[in-house]
Amino acid sequence: MSDPLPPAIEVSHLVKSYGGITAVSDISFTVARGEIIGFLGPNGAGKSTTMRILTGYLPATSGSVKICGMSVATQPDEVKRRIGYMPENNPLPEDMRVSEYLYFRGRLKEISRRNLGPRIDEVLELSDLKRVRHKIIGQLSKGFRQRVGIAEAILAEPPVIIMDEPTIGLDPHQILIVRDLIASLRGRMTVIISSHILPEIEQTCDRVIIINQGRVVAQGTPADLRHEILGHSRYQLQAAGDAAALPALLATIEPTLTLTAQTDPDAAGFRTLSLSTERDGELGEAILNTLLAKNYRVRALTREQPTLEDVFLAATRRSWDVVSAPRNGNKPAA
Amino acid sequence: MKHFFTLLSHEIRMLLVSPGTYIAATAFLAFMGFVFVGILENYSTAAQDASPAQVFFSLFFLPVFFMVPLLTMKCLAEERRLGTIETLLTTPVTTTEVVLGKFGAAYFLYLLLWGSTGGLFYILQKFASDPRLLDSGPLIGGYTFIAVSGLFFVAIGVLTSSFSRNQSVAGILSFVLLAFVILGGRYLSGVSFLERESLRPLKDAVAYAQIFSHYDDFTRGVIDSRQVLFYLSGTVIALVFSIFAVETKVLHS
Repeated sequence: MSDPLPPAIEVSHLVKSYGGITAVSDISFTVARGEIIGFLGPNGAGKSTTMRILTGYLPATSGSVKICGMSVATQPDEVKRRIGYMPENNPLPEDMRVSEYLYFRGRLKEISRRNLGPRIDEVLELSDLKRVRHKIIGQLSKGFRQRVGIAEAILAEPPVIIMDEPTIGLDPHQILIVRDLIASLRGRMTVIISSHILPEIEQTCDRVIIINQGRVVAQGTPADLRHEILGHSRYQLQAAGDAAALPALLATIEPTLTLTAQTDPDAAGFRTLSLSTERDGELGEAILNTLLAKNYRVRALTREQPTLEDVFLAATRRSWDVVSAPRNGNKPAA
Repeated sequence: MKHFFTLLSHEIRMLLVSPGTYIAATAFLAFMGFVFVGILENYSTAAQDASPAQVFFSLFFLPVFFMVPLLTMKCLAEERRLGTIETLLTTPVTTTEVVLGKFGAAYFLYLLLWGSTGGLFYILQKFASDPRLLDSGPLIGGYTFIAVSGLFFVAIGVLTSSFSRNQSVAGILSFVLLAFVILGGRYLSGVSFLERESLRPLKDAVAYAQIFSHYDDFTRGVIDSRQVLFYLSGTVIALVFSIFAVETKVLHS
């Protein structure tokens, strides 16, 4: 990338241990400006700890974190001016009104009095909070509270936004609103979000970092990860014909193409077959042509798109097997 | 210190919109009113040596025991329980500013409440118009003592609030510490164990930290800089420890 500016987030060899437990061990990654990054990991993987270190709230045991080229350890004030942070569970004061809260936070974030009023109107508009601006936060529903947290994080227009589980506990409609809100920040701000909801991350994020047991186990775009972690494509076929001859026939199409599962034939004689291959390219046409030529009857053929969920499960499972030396962890960022 | 006033005005505002403040204030004024009426009744039956103001302020510790914990127990404990301390400390404010803001707001309210007891003296002046009852010396001395010692007492409240994320624990701890600081000195000065010659320095230290004797001096119009220094240094120490407590809790959370 020919960007003369330093990357938005630069983490190298970050380690955090407390109480004899290593929560984060040797994490390194880089996030370019304007990118939206998804941070994935099972519970207790070190996501929240890493995010807290990024904000300067927790000190790191060793390693360095730089936000916009500035070290979190030596220039905490400068770093805090450049981030918007929404912690896990989004803590908010119960007895303030939405607009009062944003005003107070805006003053703490050093927005001048003159600019603050218009800016609050703007974020209320962006996060669709205009209707509740005079309501007391303690009386708001979860979805509104979550959006107040996001509005607060983007209030000072920081170059880097860090959100820990922004969509936790929301209904699908609210998730959609929050997702659109995050997507609207694309290009202007660097956003790093953690989540358990994988389709969520897949749709919003440019790049995904999967961590487990305090280590980066995989990182890249969702498509890259699919290829890299799963390493094979799957097809699902509904066909009727001689089942016993099928494996040999499949091997003639592509040597690595194997039959992984099949069901009993239904009333019309059709079986549902699962095929797997290590090859990347599209095999659908070849499979269809071969089967039809051999007088199989084919009702349906689909290529399965592995979801991020599969990738996530595979990556975290693998990291439990191989705790030392993560295989894909140290790939330089795109 | 750029954010101190933002935090202070926010805290004062939050205290003033909270119903708990008004309940505490009403209870305080009702209690002080009863005390005052009791004192005046004594005066109406027989002539007394001390002026009403002197007697009134000598009971300062009673309201301090329940007012200070009520005013301060919430300040840091609540922030930590809700987790808002995390959002607060990830803005460009320092822990010192946060603790000073909380302290400032609680102290402001403490002064406001004590200031409102001035009304009692005003009523007395208005209806009795007896200059003997309203001796300005003990009155000014008493209020000065309240203002100076209040710094230390409120700082103790803030300190205990920084120890726990549970408000009640903070409140009880603050009550115990205040009782020790205020009554402990009086108790220790009467302990015969300290009469030994070898424990002389300890005895002196206890005498120096006698809050009741400070009070006597203040109402007699003697403002000793050593006593003022006792409260100021106590305040500074308590606040420094509160800052440390918040920061170490952050490190280990």
